[in-house]
Amino acid sequence: MYAVNYHRAASVAEAAKLVKNGDAKLLSGGMTLIPAMKTRLAAPSDLVDLSRIKDLQGVKVSGKTVTIGAATTHFDVAKDEKLRKACPALAHLASLIGDPAVRHKGTIGGSIANNDPAADYPAALLALGATILTNKRDIPADKFFKGLFETALKEGEIVTAVSFTAPAKAAYEKFRNPASRYAIVGVFVAKGKDGVSVAVTGAGDDGVFRSKEIEAALAKSFDAASLNGVKVPAKTLMSDIHASADYRANLIAVMAKRAVAAANA
Amino acid sequence: MSDVSLLVNGKRVGGAVEDRTLLVHFLRENLGLTGTHVGCDTSQCGACVVHVDGKAVKACTMLAVQTSGSTVVTIEGLADGADLHPIQAAFKEHHGLQCGFCTPGMIMTATDMINRHPEGLDEATVRAELEGNICRCTGYHNIVKAILAASKTMAKGAAKGKAKQAA
Repeated sequence: MYAVNYHRAASVAEAAKLVKNGDAKLLSGGMTLIPAMKTRLAAPSDLVDLSRIKDLQGVKVSGKTVTIGAATTHFDVAKDEKLRKACPALAHLASLIGDPAVRHKGTIGGSIANNDPAADYPAALLALGATILTNKRDIPADKFFKGLFETALKEGEIVTAVSFTAPAKAAYEKFRNPASRYAIVGVFVAKGKDGVSVAVTGAGDDGVFRSKEIEAALAKSFDAASLNGVKVPAKTLMSDIHASADYRANLIAVMAKRAVAAANA
Repeated sequence: MSDVSLLVNGKRVGGAVEDRTLLVHFLRENLGLTGTHVGCDTSQCGACVVHVDGKAVKACTMLAVQTSGSTVVTIEGLADGADLHPIQAAFKEHHGLQCGFCTPGMIMTATDMINRHPEGLDEATVRAELEGNICRCTGYHNIVKAILAASKTMAKGAAKGKAKQAA
């Protein structure tokens, strides 16, 4: 790792000032950034640690509105009793990320700001129609995720929370790479008052996306059987050493079926 | 360089460290606590697991400076003098180690796991919770056995402690 200057921010305002230093990067759980720095794929001059800022932590549920602070760890999301009642699918998703030690450190804000094409949270936030709150503005999820490791965040902009309306039904099914535990295909289905939405992670050439084919089939009937024979086009899917685009296309339909069955259970 | 101050195994330690120093290197090289191992160095194997503020984390994926003000427990902090911690004793009893390289991380993960499941553990839970710890001797069977046994011993110990408090 190259030399770096570490700063611990006490507030979002202080972090916003500190991140203007040199080529600074924001540090939350560090589960991606620190490995990237160790391999010298990332070499920030400064790190601004957000993980001790109290305002960025915790899950709030008020009626149907769920708000999760950006520095809330996967572990805290997974075990939150209020969330497990309001949107158990999201708590379950958090429990599938990495391993226990990674979940103790990694945060929801860090995950979405990084926007790894195989990360779990982007699928949930896109399917839930969530809003990403920053220190500058509110960004709808479908405007936030821009492509591989790309988001709508501007230089120095800090994610403070995510917010969404709890859906009537939702579930997440993930086909994991057994070594990395990242999704080869992950499908989040949500049925709310605006209809059914289905978001896919791990598979898209351009990162997380909504599957129109599966949404159309489920709009008729929110039932696993309505996905029989539904084909997902492989053209815009990734092919790599883990799986071909065709294999991923098939997996998307399979995971979507399982997710709908779980949501209806 | 930053000045850090933290509690490691009950002892206040500190000093100036380079900001890029990983927690695992601070523990091993600055403090001489070589029980915490570096296995893969890519946050996969879990040989470096320690507890920071009561939670199991991978010390190869954290900067020492991030833990300033925190409480850290390493494998050296578990035993009570010559008396092994119940989990260490269970690993010994059930042959939960072969070459021993992964053992400190396995035991720190097991301690965290048992603490988080006071209701008790079953084999499926133990295996799922061990996914961040790799044993290249592939001795998982006895590791799982040891953790299940320790979980039972510790539950009995806690029940006794409560009975004593009530009395």
